[in-house]
Amino acid sequence: MKLELRGITKRFGSLVANDHIDLTVEAGEIHCLLGENGAGKSTLMNVLYGLYQADDGQVLLDDQVQQFAGPGDAMAAGIGMVHQHFMLIPVFTVAENVMLGHESTRAGGLLDLPTARAKVREISERFGFHVDPDALVDDLPVGVQQRVEIIKALSRDARVLVFDEPTAVLTPQETDELMGIMRQLKETGTSIVFITHKLREVREVADRITVIRLGKVVGEAAPTATNAELASLMVGRAVELTVQKEEPSLGDPALIVEGLTVIDPIGQLVVNDVSFTVRRGEILAVAGVQGNGQTELTEALLGLQPRVEGSINLDGTELTSASVRRILDAGVGFVPEDRTEDGLVGEFTIAENLMLDRSGGAPFVRAGNIQRGALADFAREKVKEFDVRTQGIDSKVRQLSGGNQQKVVLARELSRDLRLLVAAQPTRGVDVGSIEFIHKRIVETRDAGVPVLVVSTELDEVVALADRIMVMYRGRIVGIVPGDTPRDVLGLMMAGEHPAEGAAA
Amino acid sequence: MSDPQHPDAAGTPGPGRPELDVDVAIEEPGAVSPEKETAAEDARATAGGPGGTAGADVPPPSRWHTTLHQIATGNAIISVLAVLLALIVGAIMIAFTDERVQEASGYFFARPGDTFLAIWESVSGAYAALFQGSIYNFRRDTFLAGIRPLTETLTFATPLIAGGLGVALAFRVGMFNIGGRGQMLIAASVAGWIGFGFDLPWGLHMLVALVGGLVGGALWAGIAGLLKARTGAHEVIVTIMLNYIAFYLVSWLLRTPGLLQAPGSSNPKTPAMKDTAIFPSLLGPQFNLHLGFVLVIIATVVVWWILSRSSLGFRFRAVGENPNAARVAGINVRNMYVYAMLISGALLGLAGVSQVLGTVTTGFTAGIDAGIGFDAITVALLGRSTPWGTFVAGLLFGAFKAGGFSMQAAEGVPIEIVLVVQSLIVLFIAAPPLVRTIFRLPDPASRRRPVPNVSQEVKVK
Repeated sequence: MKLELRGITKRFGSLVANDHIDLTVEAGEIHCLLGENGAGKSTLMNVLYGLYQADDGQVLLDDQVQQFAGPGDAMAAGIGMVHQHFMLIPVFTVAENVMLGHESTRAGGLLDLPTARAKVREISERFGFHVDPDALVDDLPVGVQQRVEIIKALSRDARVLVFDEPTAVLTPQETDELMGIMRQLKETGTSIVFITHKLREVREVADRITVIRLGKVVGEAAPTATNAELASLMVGRAVELTVQKEEPSLGDPALIVEGLTVIDPIGQLVVNDVSFTVRRGEILAVAGVQGNGQTELTEALLGLQPRVEGSINLDGTELTSASVRRILDAGVGFVPEDRTEDGLVGEFTIAENLMLDRSGGAPFVRAGNIQRGALADFAREKVKEFDVRTQGIDSKVRQLSGGNQQKVVLARELSRDLRLLVAAQPTRGVDVGSIEFIHKRIVETRDAGVPVLVVSTELDEVVALADRIMVMYRGRIVGIVPGDTPRDVLGLMMAGEHPAEGAAA
Repeated sequence: MSDPQHPDAAGTPGPGRPELDVDVAIEEPGAVSPEKETAAEDARATAGGPGGTAGADVPPPSRWHTTLHQIATGNAIISVLAVLLALIVGAIMIAFTDERVQEASGYFFARPGDTFLAIWESVSGAYAALFQGSIYNFRRDTFLAGIRPLTETLTFATPLIAGGLGVALAFRVGMFNIGGRGQMLIAASVAGWIGFGFDLPWGLHMLVALVGGLVGGALWAGIAGLLKARTGAHEVIVTIMLNYIAFYLVSWLLRTPGLLQAPGSSNPKTPAMKDTAIFPSLLGPQFNLHLGFVLVIIATVVVWWILSRSSLGFRFRAVGENPNAARVAGINVRNMYVYAMLISGALLGLAGVSQVLGTVTTGFTAGIDAGIGFDAITVALLGRSTPWGTFVAGLLFGAFKAGGFSMQAAEGVPIEIVLVVQSLIVLFIAAPPLVRTIFRLPDPASRRRPVPNVSQEVKVK
């Protein structure tokens, strides 16, 4: 089915989120919608899906003008959407989820589950999904849950499928499989809109690429375009994609972790007997698929985990089971992986967030009083230094974009006297322009002689930053390898396979 | 001083009244929390995912918490509009319950003007009486007599503001202290016991009684804070139950000779306070306004300083807004819960102390709290949990209390109508979408949610 958007305009108050956007997706085409966070991609797709009403413009399917009052109309017209956050009910089976909202019943109001099951099996066989219709969604891995979403859309005869940032939650392998599925769908004539900000994926799978910036279409590109070209289109200026860094000048071992084990509340070993060392002036990157113990490892380093065994030693000071306060005072800087949950207080101003982990004494507190003047000076200086795009230091952090929020976290942590920096997912949900900046600052921190531990699920980031790479799988270290280890080796290690002998450092 | 204007405070604790209050407590918004929170927790558990990272120490904010938070810290305009709406609805109810209106409406189709006139007279009369009963009475000859209602308003407002500050402070730290009644009772008992049972010089006696009461209230609330910090017990449940415990404990003390009961009496009532312990009057003996009001102004300034200027308040607010981030930033969240409850309890204690040492000095019963512990929640909500907002809201409710009696006396408006107006205010505050819809205000959430990033990008570039 051919999808055409003509002059779509959507305003929120004085803000124009979509400004006369034209987009044509031919039948059997994978059309990539590329843009930074907040460029207006999601707004556009919500207009297409009937969640928002456009202020101006038309949606056409096979040259017929459509009027969608809600997602129901859009679905009936053949538009399906695979959301970034799955819209599944975890305690229902696959078949139940698929029929949800379109339940057909037999005599006596009984649910017609057999038909739903058959449908799931049929679609699943057609595309080689291997999804059991009777499995509980809760028990399925994330990648499979996403397939259930796809099956859901296909079972309603969707001819246009919208994938909203589908790869954010997937492992590299699952991402590859998803790409395969998208190609298969394309073969059957389904039109696909693929929303992403990951350049590699775009070039791999797209037939055509439309780049959106600030609510406007700023250009079209062919999949043959280079990463740098695409990135500069997205950001509006030339972007450096590789991190410029010198050879590390290694100092003494600073952080020595031995036999670290973290036990979660239900008694599982989420970090299992992990030992490693980070030297001064070195970036050790922890690679691995989300949920293999990296989060718990960083939390254990910060004293946030209640049940920890083994030893954590920083510059000769034993930090095992010390309080968070003591660990921060020992000079540990921490960029948490979920900044809105753990790193910032959204309702606080930028200035207040900048003093969040220094609320106990100098320089911002004297005799129990907050030194507002000193804080304001400091905040203004840091906002400038870290290029936080904001109206002022009294803006609430909640109103900032993800990249600017992360800059606030980084500014706060890097402005302390650090002896160790732990950065978890430092560029997650951050726009390309800010990624460049954040990476630069992390490398600068290393060059200042601070040991740095970076945890990332993005292989690109790991490779860009790491002097050495530690791969984790199921709470254990698979191996610690040099920073220039090829990606395919790393990919295998992330799946739990030990590196070939000799590759280990 | 137990004149008819203090029926609640001075009345004997009939079997109905206290029980009623407890029932009301259970219908307070807080009581729904256990159920809803469980639901939220279930939802989170089933949603799975890597979300529950820092869960071990800090209970994650529930959906209920978020809603409460929005109610407690929303827009000031909503507060004003809620009061306005409540007054309008109150006017309708006054008109409906007025006998003359009912009479005139009997021949509405013959002479509709009569009905409208009766409505106008009843409503304007009632609100004029409210004004005269709470601010200035034009029917009195001298200014001093005319201004007396205002001083009554301030007297009534005194414990409401103190209690409201306590509830508001707990709100800001993310806790719902509905144990105001228990904290007031304990504080009143301690202060009262010191007030009538000891012989100390003037000034010192009052100070000791005041401090004793504040400590009593603080410790009583501190139990809830400590239990929350150490065991994760929800403060709503604990404070509700501590209300019962305090009430029956104080009732027993009042009934037991040699403890709080007045010697030679069989009533569950204490002896009168000694003169050395009583708060001095601010404006001379013909007015009821006492030193408590000055203490409440000081308390408001102190709470403002704590919340806006001190590092302790900074940590309080950080914990209240995002306990996870606070914990990651090295703030001891558990201690903050305990400290906040101690201060909150001391403020409610101030409300209790000002009752026994200022307003009802002839000895008190177990009804001394007069429902102020619960009204304080309303006051804090109306004041949006800010110190000065709470101050103003306390004055408003003081005016309702003072003016309510004159509405009843002068215009025959049932006192219940005034209480209905108060309850309507809470209802409208608790439902900002309703107020927004009625006044066609833009919904901040709808504009904010979908485009937080876009707005920034657009402004910036």
